Amino acid sequence: MQPTPKQAAEAIGINKSISRNVGDQLIRLVLFLAASVSVVTTIAVVYSLSAETISFFLDPAVSLWEFLTDRRWTPLFGESQRYFGISPLIIGTLNVTFVALVVGIPLGLGSAIYLSEFATARTRRTIMPLLEILAGIPTVVLGYFALFFVTPILRDIIPGLNLFNPISAGLVMGFMILPTISSISVDSMQAVPRAIREAAYGLGASRVEVVLKVVVPAALSGIVASFILAMSRAIGETMIVALAAGAKPTFTFDLRETIATMTSFIVQAAKGDQPAGSIGSRALYAVGSTLFLLTLMLNIASNQIVRRYAERYE
Amino acid sequence: MSQTVPENHVTVRTDPVAQEDALVAIDHLSLWYDQFQALRDVSLTVPKNQVTALIGASGCGKSTLLRSINRMNDLVPSVRVEGKIHYEGAELYDASVDAVEVRRRIGMVFQKPNPFPKTVYENVAFGPRLHGYKGNMDELVEKSLKGAALWDEVQDKLNQSGLGLSGGQQQRLCIARAMATEPDVILMDEPTSALDPIATDRIEQLIHEIKKDFTVIIVTHNMQQAGRVSDRTAFMHLGVLIEEGPTDQIFTNPQHEMTENYISGRFG
Repeated sequence: MQPTPKQAAEAIGINKSISRNVGDQLIRLVLFLAASVSVVTTIAVVYSLSAETISFFLDPAVSLWEFLTDRRWTPLFGESQRYFGISPLIIGTLNVTFVALVVGIPLGLGSAIYLSEFATARTRRTIMPLLEILAGIPTVVLGYFALFFVTPILRDIIPGLNLFNPISAGLVMGFMILPTISSISVDSMQAVPRAIREAAYGLGASRVEVVLKVVVPAALSGIVASFILAMSRAIGETMIVALAAGAKPTFTFDLRETIATMTSFIVQAAKGDQPAGSIGSRALYAVGSTLFLLTLMLNIASNQIVRRYAERYE
Repeated sequence: MSQTVPENHVTVRTDPVAQEDALVAIDHLSLWYDQFQALRDVSLTVPKNQVTALIGASGCGKSTLLRSINRMNDLVPSVRVEGKIHYEGAELYDASVDAVEVRRRIGMVFQKPNPFPKTVYENVAFGPRLHGYKGNMDELVEKSLKGAALWDEVQDKLNQSGLGLSGGQQQRLCIARAMATEPDVILMDEPTSALDPIATDRIEQLIHEIKKDFTVIIVTHNMQQAGRVSDRTAFMHLGVLIEEGPTDQIFTNPQHEMTENYISGRFG
């Protein structure tokens, strides 16, 4: 009698085994769940942010117009002195971010150019881990460092500098974002093909000319993406500003003044005793949404630029 | 068939280049990468406004020799050079010579087309800008692109990326880019090895045309190509210059057995 295909497969041991099938399915399921967690978390965060934010704007005490245009932000005050203009927090955030970028971009790009183009492999191997360590310092430590070490020094140099100020916080934040700028920029410069460096050398370019006129322009999109990512980190950074920049929402471009950023307001409001559902706690969510939108846009911009850069040399 | 070269091999020279025709004279050049000796006591005189082909099997040192002439090997940290290369009365490896200046006079075209990720125009203008060219840049770019037989194809695309051109066009762009710095010598390192036969043919025609203005030294794997484009041919094996002479002589009547074996395809 002719054996069935199944019997024939079993006879030589290539038949499907139930235990293996189930095992494979199970592992797939576990891995899928692990991957889903991040998606679910994001959705949950966006949902809770937007729900509370909508309630905030539906409150009769608040108007979107006021939120966007008023220059006073005092949502935790008594009813008669309450104002809901977010601009002081945005200006405060930009002040600190500005200082951080002024410090972080030149140092980050400079160190990246040095590490990628001038350092020996040995130097690179020594310095890159040190940068990683800098990136790994807890920001609360950096915040204390800014407040207790940097600020006193700056107060001797800059007249009229407040104890809590964006210069000191921004300066230290500049060091915090330096490794981000540096490592992404090093990667994008290292991705510039040797062939086009040789082309430039072959035309009589010196080493500095090769770096500045060929390598940096070719890697520019990666470098710019690193700036945007660093900016996004600076805007979202919390502990340094909460500790060193102050908690006084002020509409000012004077970098010596105490300010509050979006993040430091959130810390202040969250550790205060705002009852859930109160206007004060909902204001926190409105600021959170604004912050989320801002950093989301920056991250999307950075991704777009990096994607374009990935297609560069083909 | 692998052949060893005797220590005391003396290069076979047919119809040697006269002193007054010489532009580049390589004089007992030896070169090491760390412990590995890539060139062994090579002497070769390159005549002005002619095409000299360097042929030989992979690893014979022909590309290394080519890259010694514009001191591109300086970029390799472990390299060590002995001997001399004379160029218009100067000695290229003298301590007083700036390799960057040498590369302005002795341009190079590489194996794989390597345009910068810039526009066609900026690719050609790169060298002249670097050296502070004072004349009319538009004219120089046009002249160089015409010289590289590329103008007709790209005159409407000057502001598009050089990377958008076909492989053959990219390589002609690289030739135009090398010509724009107005060098005396153009070194070509297997310039057609990444190209299809039609693009190869165009480059070969181009080499014929540019030799009235430039001295060309070309490394090639393709012996038919050496036969078609060059006036003189030098055959290398294992870092040694085995034989050199007029191309038709080398191909029809090689004096050394190894040369004969190589050109008849018995090894390589």
